[in-house]
Amino acid sequence: MNWANLFFDLFAVIVVILSVITITRRNAVHSAIALMMAFVGLAAIYVILGAELLAAIQVLVYAGGVMALMLFVIMSVKSDEQNQVKQTHAQTLIAAFVGVLFVVEIGVTVWMGFLYKNTGALAKSQLAAMGNTEALGTVLFTKFLFPFEVASVLLLAAMVGAIVLAKYKLER
Amino acid sequence: MIPVNHVIVLSLVIFAIGIIGALSRRNVFIVLMSIELMLNAVNLALVGFSSQLANLTGQILALFVITVAAGEAAVGLAIVVAVYRNRHSVNVDNMNIMKW
Repeated sequence: MNWANLFFDLFAVIVVILSVITITRRNAVHSAIALMMAFVGLAAIYVILGAELLAAIQVLVYAGGVMALMLFVIMSVKSDEQNQVKQTHAQTLIAAFVGVLFVVEIGVTVWMGFLYKNTGALAKSQLAAMGNTEALGTVLFTKFLFPFEVASVLLLAAMVGAIVLAKYKLER
Repeated sequence: MIPVNHVIVLSLVIFAIGIIGALSRRNVFIVLMSIELMLNAVNLALVGFSSQLANLTGQILALFVITVAAGEAAVGLAIVVAVYRNRHSVNVDNMNIMKW
């Protein structure tokens, strides 16, 4: 077992434990902080897999932006009921069933994939010539330029929509 | 290098945790966080296959997933704020006004 495998397993265990903490805490702030740490763990896994740019974006956008926004809203919305009401509803059994069904379904597929025993590596020649960020940028701004522009329009629409929805009262 | 099977198994476990959280919790914030967890599981699978197949398209797709997830989180939280203003609750059981 080499170091990459060891660290992958370490971060995998950390991320899974933090994910479970995320969905089991009564207080939403505790959940959000656990989720933030899980995102950082996932960024570490991205680094191990050779996707450095995505790791940086994961930390900046998810652990930084999305979770900060979420914590902001959690703290600005006063909810006393999280201390009194039962936190799971009657669907819990069905939810557990769906989750287990999903694990079995994909698990069988993955188990069939184990038969091939491929280990795979990122294209050494491509990455040796230029780093992951540069390679990704080249692909993003040539082959995927149109989806990139569409994504920017989508973000603009989301921003305007979020402002309109969350505004206290619209002036007419 | 990491065998892709290990990455997919980790992705699967995280996605299943996300499903269970999204379906069973009452607090709308934790439902939203579970959805983010599922999106991250998918990203992990995309990066794993990108690494396995030596093709950067998977990472590009993960990049777009992150973009859309950020927009989704902003709009989703704005909807939560709007709902809270009307119903004074963040319990998904109380958000049934559009239920058929």
